Amino acid sequence: MTSRTEVSKSVLRRFGVAVLLGLALAAPAARGETSAPAAAKVSIDNFTFSPDRLTVAPGTTVTWTNADDIPHTVVATGKAFRSKALDTDDSFAFTFTTPGTFDYFCSLHPHMHATIVVEAGRS
Amino acid sequence: MTRHDRDTVTGDGQTRRKVLECMTWAGTGVLWTVSGGVPRALGLIDQAQAQTQSQTSGQDGLTFLQISDSHIGFDKAANPATSRTLEEAIGRVKALPAKPAFMIHTGDITHLSKAAEFDDADHIIGGARLDVHYVPGEHDVIDEEAKLYRERYGRGTKGAGWYSLDASGVHFIGLVNVVDLKSGGLGNLGPDQLAWLADDLAGRSAETPIVVFAHIPLWAVYPAWGWGTDDGGRALSLLARFGSVTVLNGHIHQVMQKVEGNVTFHTACSTAFPQPAPGAAPSPGPLKVADDKLRTKLGLSSVTFRRGEQRLAIIDQTLA
Ligand SMILES: [Cu+2]
Repeated sequence: MTSRTEVSKSVLRRFGVAVLLGLALAAPAARGETSAPAAAKVSIDNFTFSPDRLTVAPGTTVTWTNADDIPHTVVATGKAFRSKALDTDDSFAFTFTTPGTFDYFCSLHPHMHATIVVEAGRS
Repeated sequence: MTRHDRDTVTGDGQTRRKVLECMTWAGTGVLWTVSGGVPRALGLIDQAQAQTQSQTSGQDGLTFLQISDSHIGFDKAANPATSRTLEEAIGRVKALPAKPAFMIHTGDITHLSKAAEFDDADHIIGGARLDVHYVPGEHDVIDEEAKLYRERYGRGTKGAGWYSLDASGVHFIGLVNVVDLKSGGLGNLGPDQLAWLADDLAGRSAETPIVVFAHIPLWAVYPAWGWGTDDGGRALSLLARFGSVTVLNGHIHQVMQKVEGNVTFHTACSTAFPQPAPGAAPSPGPLKVADDKLRTKLGLSSVTFRRGEQRLAIIDQTLA
């Protein structure tokens, strides 16, 4: 990683892809041993949840992090989860155990809304 | 002395230019929109005050002030010192040659509904030594059940904090459109509040001048950013028979005005930070301007009612 500053950006990009591919090929053996719980992230930026539709496997913990200078909330329309107000850089996490479609919105800025789909057989 | 003809009042080429500039992004209908800057506005407020003092008293009229969106507790780049700019606004109030009847605050007193933020705001605003009539913004009701807001400002109000009062023959109505918001929706008054409003207006003479104030604009300023109220039209239909209706809002941190029949809609500046013009940025988040421009984007409004005149005179003053 320290060598990054010494290579040009285009070289870095190609090199970086090669490193990532290498990691991906090497990973399965190690992953089988540890079986870390699944995790996914949603960012809140510019009054937008992103991605606005996320599909995860049951048992996945989704973490929302607010990058705006204005507080937001993460509130399930069906009341399955509800965060406190998230100030800048604050996070909220919820573990989805049951399959289903979970619509949610910001209760302060309700034009902000998005969906988590929990589906068996997805990773 | 109404704001939309103030270019003829001031005879100021710069003022007219600002009005024209800002009309370029006005999307719908007949719309007057003005950026924060009103050159020599302090002079204008002085004039309005002097006229109010000499021409009107008691039943003949009144002048009151509107401040909005203090956001005490906000400390990000767009304004790290929101307490100081609120103090400056209150300083302008204290310096007025004639004392206004009272002040209204159209919400977002605090940034995060914290007790210390409410305390700081109360302390600073109290320096004006005026009665203040509040309505909450969405930043004031972040805690569950809006407990802190209602403890401080809810006495004598209905529901989430709505109420009405009379002053010098004008009927004032404070509405709450920031609670129980629905996914995908805008500001919300709700059936209980609308039923109360119908009741409050019943039997009132159509000659009674009405001032409605609420945090989020009651008219559709820019729904893509949530700048409007889903059932605002229902409130306006209840007000349709009145000859003079003035709707005062905050929330969008910039001055905007629209006149539609008997209804004048006006939004006030924030004392904390500006927000972009509708659609002029990726989101309505705080707008960082050059430090020496900040106070040209912040301000407060003075509203004068004179008996016999249909429209109230609204004058915006910046902190520059
Ligand atoms: Cu939000």
